[in-house]
Amino acid sequence: MTGVDDPGRTVGVGDAEFVNPEVISPEALAISEADSDGGAAESNREEAVMERIERWRRHRPRLKDELINSAHGAGGKASAALVDAVFVEAFRNETLETMADGAVLGLPSGERIAFSTDSYVVKPRRFPGGSIGHLAIHGTVNDLSMMGAAPSWISAAFIIEDGFSIAELRGIVADMADAAREAGVIVVTGDTKVVDRGACDGVYITTAGVGLIPPGVNLDARHIRPGDKVLVSGRIGDHGVAVLIARGDLALEAPIESDTAPLNELVEHLLAAAPGTRFLRDATRGGVATVCNEMARDAEVGVTLHEATLPVRNMVNGACEILGIDPLYVANEGKLVAVVPAEEANAALAAMQAHRLGVDAAIIGDITPEPPGIVVLRTALGGSRIVDMLVGDPLPRIC
Amino acid sequence: MKFVDEYRDPAAARLAVAEITALASRLAKPGQPVKFMEVCGGHTHTIYKHGIENVLPPTVELIHGPGCPVCVIPMGRVDDAIAVAKKPGVIFTSFGDMMRVPGGSGNLLEAKAQGADVRMVYSPLDALRIAEANPDREVVFFAVGFETTAPSTAVTVLKARERGVTNFSVYCNHVTIVPPLKAILESPDLRLDGFIGPGHVSTVIGNRPYRFVPGTYGKPLVTAGFEPLDILQSIVMLLRQLTEGRCEVENQYTRAVSDGGNPKALEILAQVFELRPHFEWRGLGFISQSALKLSPEFAAFDAEIRFDVPGVRVADPKACQCGEVLKGVIKPWECKVFGTACTPETPIGTCMVSSEGACAAYYNYGRLTKIPVKSA
Repeated sequence: MTGVDDPGRTVGVGDAEFVNPEVISPEALAISEADSDGGAAESNREEAVMERIERWRRHRPRLKDELINSAHGAGGKASAALVDAVFVEAFRNETLETMADGAVLGLPSGERIAFSTDSYVVKPRRFPGGSIGHLAIHGTVNDLSMMGAAPSWISAAFIIEDGFSIAELRGIVADMADAAREAGVIVVTGDTKVVDRGACDGVYITTAGVGLIPPGVNLDARHIRPGDKVLVSGRIGDHGVAVLIARGDLALEAPIESDTAPLNELVEHLLAAAPGTRFLRDATRGGVATVCNEMARDAEVGVTLHEATLPVRNMVNGACEILGIDPLYVANEGKLVAVVPAEEANAALAAMQAHRLGVDAAIIGDITPEPPGIVVLRTALGGSRIVDMLVGDPLPRIC
Repeated sequence: MKFVDEYRDPAAARLAVAEITALASRLAKPGQPVKFMEVCGGHTHTIYKHGIENVLPPTVELIHGPGCPVCVIPMGRVDDAIAVAKKPGVIFTSFGDMMRVPGGSGNLLEAKAQGADVRMVYSPLDALRIAEANPDREVVFFAVGFETTAPSTAVTVLKARERGVTNFSVYCNHVTIVPPLKAILESPDLRLDGFIGPGHVSTVIGNRPYRFVPGTYGKPLVTAGFEPLDILQSIVMLLRQLTEGRCEVENQYTRAVSDGGNPKALEILAQVFELRPHFEWRGLGFISQSALKLSPEFAAFDAEIRFDVPGVRVADPKACQCGEVLKGVIKPWECKVFGTACTPETPIGTCMVSSEGACAAYYNYGRLTKIPVKSA
């Protein structure tokens, strides 16, 4: 296939072949009608269309919108386009361009630190299994852990709405303190701002964190090789479904708790058992599907997931069925996806299963040479389908 | 998951596929597979989600029909919805997957970003609840769907009247399943051997209304459920009819569908709605008596009467071939803009918006087998 695996084209700004959808002419895209008859010609023509689409998918997403909408924050293609066109464009530097969960920075001593930041705006602020306070610590601890770092120091900034209850704030901060203690990190600096009523919804929290990366640890999607195994540290979708239900507008009730948890210790055990681990990513917004798509894209490999091996709680599956959502795309706050060499897969699995946060860990897929950049799900039924990047917020289906 | 896993059992699926392969080999001619249309978008979704197309033998081909309620809404109706949503004081409520459907000028998500109060609801009753909680605002519900969702809109209107809610209205776009089915059967370029009948719609209207399909047009129809084994079994039933020389309406979805449908739902539909003389379908054009509006008795709840709706008809974009896709005349990938100018994030046609739309399903799930794989 032409052009698909030419790295020069994957990020081609101003690439002449890129056709702006706004000025597209059907003729420019149409496959020659001459070869439209006959069975073999038809399958060739279909292949040509698929190739064209693959080329198209690999072009960096363009930001065409003039106003921010919810899709820009959902972690899918619209988010990627926004980050790319606005933030990376303005701040451009090598470290930022890796677009990892955080930055890896070299110190003059030769040591490396990981540095990461995240904001928390979850609604409702308290949900079964946790609160915005737990998320604010766990999220940053986990981002650092996924880079192989040992999280140590955290900053916390609060934007608070005029009239917010101090008792509730105290509760949230107590959760943060508990979470920090459990994760073995300390909050060392902070900031507080109060904004007018209506200018924010209760309280928003931003945390940043720093941790040392042990020598020899070097996790990067680009280290992923065909033949590697894909693991997940436990049952997926709990957090997203718990929050959705806690919002109360679904008229659904189920005792599903968020899985919010600090993953630094689990990662420590995993890396000790499987030192060849290529890549780790916590499957937060966008879920396991988004992580797999990102690593398929960055490593230019295929990812094949096996539906029958995906660990999903029955209740989460049921809620997703009712809502028409795929648990693969639902957010987690205490689950990671790991890619390890095949020969270390069983050791990695055993190490995770031996930890209380990885009891339900499973090997869920394989890294394949083909098709590059694509995540495929082998369905339990024996069929297969593509698991693509999420487009906007997952919108529930009508019927 | 109880009551779901039973209908996804791989061993049972293999048996069904074996029978399909045996039956279809007696019917299909070389290069001419047996073609069935699944009318309902829910079926399309199941077929792609479980990869059913690639467990079927090449002698059976599935054509994806017009039964996605989101996909058949014409652009002008979306523009009207946006116009209502932008009126001062209005809270406009909609099902999630209608929010990204493009009108002639943007979609509801964009209208929301521009300041309109657009809220996603999961049921029309949620919209009514919003109306009761905001008595100083006008709350409008964007009613979309076949006979499947129409009863819940009807119940909501009845409840609104009963509770004396005066700030609630319905922008009604409910459609009916039989007229487009007829339109497809009348289409001269149609080549189909049978229909997988819509399951959800039939829980309301029953199986009786489909008798004209074998009666007048000589095509078998089997109403099917939404799990993978339901689909496979309905294909077996269609193939058996063809090999045995029968042509009738059969019911695979017996756990939910009866011949007469749901009399209570039909009764409130008749009470609250009346047929529109004609309604425009995306890609299919105007079809007479194919949609519902609120009957005069409930005119107070009709957003089209309460608000000044522009009612401008917007022609489908020239490049868009949704109509041919909906009729099964071309496959999604045969559309000139498929996957390039028209993708799930920037859909030109409605078939690309909802995950039930033939194009979106094909784009999201189905490209796989067709992606050229380099030999190792």
